[in-house]
Amino acid sequence: MWFLGFVLLLLKTAIVLTILLGLAAYLILVERKLLGRFQIRFGPNRAGPFGIWQPIADGIKMILKEDTIPQGADRVVFKYAPAVVATVAILIAAVIPFSRDAILWGYDIPMVISDLNVGLLYVLALSSLSVYGVALGGWASNSKYSLLGGIRGAAQMVSYELPLGLSLVPVVMLAGSFSLVDIVNAQACYPFVVVQPIAFVIFLIAAVAESKRLPFDLPEAENELNAGYHTEFSGMRFALYFIGEYVHMMVLGALVAVFFLGGWRGPWLPPVVWLVLKALMVPFFLIWTRATLPRLRYDQLMHFGWKLLIPIALLNILATGAVMLWLRG
Amino acid sequence: MSEYIHVLIMLVLAAATAGGMLVATSLIGPKKSFIDKMEPFECGESPIVSPKLRFSVKFYLVALFFVIFDIEAVYAYPWAVLFKELGLFGFIEMMIFLTILAIGLIYVWRRGALEWDR
Repeated sequence: MWFLGFVLLLLKTAIVLTILLGLAAYLILVERKLLGRFQIRFGPNRAGPFGIWQPIADGIKMILKEDTIPQGADRVVFKYAPAVVATVAILIAAVIPFSRDAILWGYDIPMVISDLNVGLLYVLALSSLSVYGVALGGWASNSKYSLLGGIRGAAQMVSYELPLGLSLVPVVMLAGSFSLVDIVNAQACYPFVVVQPIAFVIFLIAAVAESKRLPFDLPEAENELNAGYHTEFSGMRFALYFIGEYVHMMVLGALVAVFFLGGWRGPWLPPVVWLVLKALMVPFFLIWTRATLPRLRYDQLMHFGWKLLIPIALLNILATGAVMLWLRG
Repeated sequence: MSEYIHVLIMLVLAAATAGGMLVATSLIGPKKSFIDKMEPFECGESPIVSPKLRFSVKFYLVALFFVIFDIEAVYAYPWAVLFKELGLFGFIEMMIFLTILAIGLIYVWRRGALEWDR
């Protein structure tokens, strides 16, 4: 019996991992296609119909490239820093519930890899950890562009960690639990975005900054830092940074869905489909902003985070508490 | 406890995926290294000075503020979980705490530590 449960768990984990990596790979294609359309051109369309083999072709190309390590680089840190970004982004997905519990031959199978009772803190802790991949990768490269990108990335990510965390306090107050499963269950009547629109907007903006996308892509600003912290990386090491970024986008989408849009809840369609649909809205939003908005200046970026988002997030906690107490009488 | 073992299994699988990619890239692919190619990229110029120079103190300041404010923000989480049970008492307690947090932010702000062009 114990063995069966273990096999089931392995299977579940492997499926989630495969789907996540597959979605991330195809997100790159979707992004290039959409950006093409936004700019009135076709985007990649040579590898297979509508370019559907493009991610596979890119993967093969990356793996056949030379793996270069620049002179004077810290070899150990340089080699393993890219893995940190990707691993951490994948690990966040462990606490995301993707369906209601399935009943199979009388056994209750939870449709989440790990229903941690501190799920939300686990998510915040891991998203802070991905700073290490960026900062260490940039520092270890022994290149000025990389170092600047790495420092910028670290400062930006820790700054937006605060509004990200504070915007989730009202969600915890409403749900009364850190567990992501309980948070989804608490949204049975209405999704939290209805009662927490401000927290939703703050979380979304902080998520854009956390995933280092335009208009907050200062750490890898092409026209000032070439590629920022991943300038010196080649082959699969570069690809791991890329995979990490796109998996992070997908995971942030899933988190927005879980915290504010009711997770897997929805009529007619199967729960998993609802979760993926809701989760895909955020990457689409990120691609759209990339096509629309210009990059901020670094001081504007910091002012926006510290002087606007944090005070609003604090006021939002206050207002939520007051309204909840008032409604209860 | 078993929930953490699930996370550990996920960690092993994810790390194995990432590690497999790293091993693959260091085994497959050409290896032709010569001294000019291995120089760090600097738009075609050879680097003259080491990149490990001093950088703006503002970045250190941001890191310090983050540590302070994040530790303070962490106190809000246990309170938020128990908010419904604590009621008015907990709300007032937290408002006092958030006021102190806000005073800290205002102090840092007024001292100009959040300005980047000074």
